[in-house]
Amino acid sequence: MSAIETFRAETRAWLEANCPESLRGPAAAGELVWGGSQVEFANEDQRLWFERMRDRGWFCPAWPEAYGGGGLAAEEDAVLQKELKRLRCRPPQINLGIWMLGPVLLEFGTEEQKQRLLTPMTRGEVRWCQGFSEPNAGSDLANIRTTAVDEGDHFVVNGSKIWTSYGDKSDWMYALVRTDNSSPKKQEGISLLVLDMHAEGVDARPIDLISGKSSFCEVFFDNVKVSKDNLIGPLNGGWTLAKRLLQHERSAMSKFGEFSLPTHFDLMSILGKYLPDAETPSDIALRARAQAAALDEHAYNLTVQRMGEAARAGQDVSGIASIMKLVHSEQEKQKFELLVDAMGHRALGWDGDEFSEQELGISKAWLLSYTQTIAGGSSEVQLNVIAKRVLELPDAPKGGAK
Amino acid sequence: MSLIYNEEQRMLLDTAQEFFAERSPVSALRALRDRNDALGFEPALWQEMTELGWTAIAFPEALGGLEFGYKGMGTVFESAGRYLSASPLLSSVVLCGSVLEQGGSEAQQNEWLAEMIAGSKRLALAVDEGARHNPERIALAATRTEQGFELSGDKVMVVDGLGADGWIVAARTSAAADGVSLFIVPAGAEGVAVSRQNLIDSRNTARLRLNQVQVAPEQLIGELGQGNALLQTALDRGRACIAAELQGACEELFKTTLDYLRTRVQFDVPIGSFQALQHRAAWIHVDLELARSSLMAALDAIDRGDEQAAQLVSLAKWKVGQVADKVSNEAVQMHGGIGVTDELDVGLYFKRIRVLQALLGDADYHLNRAAPLLEET
Repeated sequence: MSAIETFRAETRAWLEANCPESLRGPAAAGELVWGGSQVEFANEDQRLWFERMRDRGWFCPAWPEAYGGGGLAAEEDAVLQKELKRLRCRPPQINLGIWMLGPVLLEFGTEEQKQRLLTPMTRGEVRWCQGFSEPNAGSDLANIRTTAVDEGDHFVVNGSKIWTSYGDKSDWMYALVRTDNSSPKKQEGISLLVLDMHAEGVDARPIDLISGKSSFCEVFFDNVKVSKDNLIGPLNGGWTLAKRLLQHERSAMSKFGEFSLPTHFDLMSILGKYLPDAETPSDIALRARAQAAALDEHAYNLTVQRMGEAARAGQDVSGIASIMKLVHSEQEKQKFELLVDAMGHRALGWDGDEFSEQELGISKAWLLSYTQTIAGGSSEVQLNVIAKRVLELPDAPKGGAK
Repeated sequence: MSLIYNEEQRMLLDTAQEFFAERSPVSALRALRDRNDALGFEPALWQEMTELGWTAIAFPEALGGLEFGYKGMGTVFESAGRYLSASPLLSSVVLCGSVLEQGGSEAQQNEWLAEMIAGSKRLALAVDEGARHNPERIALAATRTEQGFELSGDKVMVVDGLGADGWIVAARTSAAADGVSLFIVPAGAEGVAVSRQNLIDSRNTARLRLNQVQVAPEQLIGELGQGNALLQTALDRGRACIAAELQGACEELFKTTLDYLRTRVQFDVPIGSFQALQHRAAWIHVDLELARSSLMAALDAIDRGDEQAAQLVSLAKWKVGQVADKVSNEAVQMHGGIGVTDELDVGLYFKRIRVLQALLGDADYHLNRAAPLLEET
């Protein structure tokens, strides 16, 4: 047996023996474990799986052993991922630090930073959040205004971040800050800093959305001291690192999709319940609109499949990939609009016994669907990207969208 | 299941694109139109396509075919769509060829199918009777006589019906919903009158008037009253090929439109720098990708004999057709004044796209037919 086949056999046997049965298969949103100083386990199986994977170095299987990683070669890591998928193991913990900041630290961090920041990640001891967007820097991310002023041996950070997921539950943040205002290009005065969310002057407040409570926070910084060894990469060189981080964000989000239980509402079957006999022209028209939306969703799913096949065949899929976020979020929004049209006031309930769990779920999901076409690059930004990168249309004159 | 072309299919795609670009560019269609050519295609071009083996692509080897499937056929149709190249590939080979392949007797296959693949004969399929495609409501009557059958009634939208060596006519032989039979009516049969329906796309479209046409029993294809299944299979293959032609035409028209957006200057800048136009163009890109996936799923389903093939074909004809309307509208609008002139090829694409959209069921027709895909399994 070749070395890799031996590794596969050993890995399979270990996972069979160590991944608790209850943690195989997709998880609902509330059933995931978030690593960090306040890690919470809903049951003994979750704790066991967390500790076993941690002790094997498999929170970060492909990272060097020197930082607590598993030290696996790329080929071995691929085998491990495949075996995890085969057994449908849930991830032992979720940690944005590992998925997003980690790879950037491995590439750009100093040796001291790697030791200090990566090792706790591989132990699941620190929960990370992301501080990118600001009230005036959403789609125009380079417009950030949170400042880090050089005070000799440390920076002093002032300003605020918004849309920070779980900002109130995190231990550390990686943030984009402005370290130079003099540069004519706003991208050039930005640095990447990591900072302690428990430090004095940091205040994270959850944001209520139109759909109710959310995991998003606004985070305020009031003269927060950050020691200089927390600057990642070069001073004023943060924009390049930020773009790299956002690339990792995309793959991290797709990982969520792999193990999350979809909160799926089937348009046509729900429509059939609330609009069983479409007879009037307007009811028939509504049914036809719904049918068209559902078929569009089918075409989208086929496109996901086609993109996978094309990528495996070594074809350039950037043109297909560019539409995915846009199409999916717009289709979801459209689907909920149709459900609201068909369900009437049954989709407008807020809480209480008057409405079924599914009806209330649809109301919330409908309201939440509006965040999807805004977060992670709004639909308008997606269209700009398609127009410029894929269709190669010319740049707008100065002052327009870049 | 595979939603991309494999290497062999990509090679055929390249060959077909080069062939049509060189031998039948849009100017060839313009020339046919300008001389009001009722045949609607160049016999010499058809001969060359035959020699390249394209009439044999989808048939089994036992019948002299190449067994290269409908994905293979799709590559030829989307290439023809790009250049608006006219040929009887759809009418004769895909539609009538499918009927004969599936249900033809040995004698019928020898007399017609082999000759059809060789390019020495061609047939046209006569299905539609009303303003819109509706094969569920065929009324043209075939009644029993002592010698065989007598056919009377009108057929419209008969693609390449003019100058054909014969027609396959769908006729009602019983009142049952699917009581349809298919007959071969050779050209020259007494009582058949063929006239031209000159459509906006300048192709060969005919009206067939059958007045007490006598048909011998050997001209019945398959079993009496069992023609519907044969017809549906053939129509679905045709619809998938039409979707491929539409996709090719749309992609090419969109490319032309993008070129125009990059080069047309107004207010001192290329109009393609305006965000209002950029976003509309980006949506077309999105729709073309979704349409492409639907098209590939349909071709693939036919080749695999998928039990949902009919629904997937309708998904493709619906999605590609709907996108095609949008792309052709936007192409005209974005070209502005010159977009509505005959000088530009944009109008020729627009007109062909609209005929293909209506042919064998428009988007509304196929929206209903695709619906079973949405039932939860």
